[in-house]
Amino acid sequence: MEPRNVVEVGTRVRVADIAPPGHVRTPHYLRGRVGVVERVLGPFPNPEELAYGRRTTPLPLYRVRFPMGELWADAEHPGDTLEAEIYAHWLTIEEDPDAA
Amino acid sequence: MPHDGHDPLSPSGHPYRPDQDEPLTYWQCMEIAIRELLVEKGVTTDAAIRAQVQTMDDRGPAQGARVVARAWADPDFHHRLRSDGSAACRELGIEVGPMKLIAVSNTPDLHNVVVCTLCSCYPRNLLGLPPDWYKSREYRSRTVREPRAVLREFGTTLPEGVAVRVHDSTADMRYLVVPMRPDGTEGWTEGALAACVTRDAMIGVAQAAHPKSDGI
Amino acid sequence: MGGNAAERVPRDDYDFALWEKRVDALVMIAQAAGLMTVDGLRRVLEDMGEDAFETMTYYERWVASLNQNLLEEGTYTVAELGARMRDVRARGDTYGTAQRG
Repeated sequence: MEPRNVVEVGTRVRVADIAPPGHVRTPHYLRGRVGVVERVLGPFPNPEELAYGRRTTPLPLYRVRFPMGELWADAEHPGDTLEAEIYAHWLTIEEDPDAA
Repeated sequence: MPHDGHDPLSPSGHPYRPDQDEPLTYWQCMEIAIRELLVEKGVTTDAAIRAQVQTMDDRGPAQGARVVARAWADPDFHHRLRSDGSAACRELGIEVGPMKLIAVSNTPDLHNVVVCTLCSCYPRNLLGLPPDWYKSREYRSRTVREPRAVLREFGTTLPEGVAVRVHDSTADMRYLVVPMRPDGTEGWTEGALAACVTRDAMIGVAQAAHPKSDGI
Repeated sequence: MGGNAAERVPRDDYDFALWEKRVDALVMIAQAAGLMTVDGLRRVLEDMGEDAFETMTYYERWVASLNQNLLEEGTYTVAELGARMRDVRARGDTYGTAQRG
């Protein structure tokens, strides 16, 4: 998603399934997973640039909620949830499967 | 790695915590050198370093417990704490620092627990420095996958029907769990309420409980 | 490491030693002075690899990262650090006696 476009709470988003070398703040276990934006945290500097001493353009940061069943095939309770902060450039909007 | 002739692990398998009287390690030597260079270059002063260490020593779970006790005693404060944690703490004279605080409240239906899988992010201005287990590979690996098993290890078994929500502190937020107020504390002062709030309860691996009475 | 299989959570706790508190303080001070960022700290910790997690203690890793960040920033040079560490070691064999008098 374009970093400057702020999506609304409740939007379904997918975390990019990429594994670049270097410093990132997106845990591996969330990559490729689908969650829902729980809260918009506002613009924060991009840690992937800060880590190398570069000046950065602030990015929207979201708190995204994932059902445990989306993350782990053997989840203890699939309906339990996990929330994490994800920067906008890691997210794409995911079509709602119930739509259309 | 330095080779200074000392086994880095104790017989129990735990790292030593060498201090003043132990043989100087490579890393301690580096700390002294960096500290002196920073002072000589005018980045800081010995007094400022002492003050920073003192500030850290003064911080501990008591700060967070005050915040939780106020939230229990004052629903309006609890509401403000949930909408802007940093601002609400400032009302109590507690500066959370550059990171923003998100307070997450346990309810009869939901139990929150906090972890930082990527490093060891922790609301240190509210709770002090994190305990070793919070920084351990085991806690960081397992809490996002089997939180209920981890909670059971800490002696926390949730009633049927309570959902678990794990907060992975991945970026610029810091999390404080507001545990459930224990039963039988109606009318208690904030000071008495704060004594029910442990560090572990504010991380979410335990529940708040009446303070243990010694010898009874 | 989130999600990896692991053993029971170890519950031993330690008090921090003075040198560890000082490392923590220096990292906070270096950040406040604009010499490094928390992400710079983390980046170097991550680049140390998994082995470092087993062979170094928490604040050993922190002081190594602090040093790497300050070298990259140009706060001091490798030569200055090397000379100072030699001088520190020459003062005494313990953390206490190696301090400047």
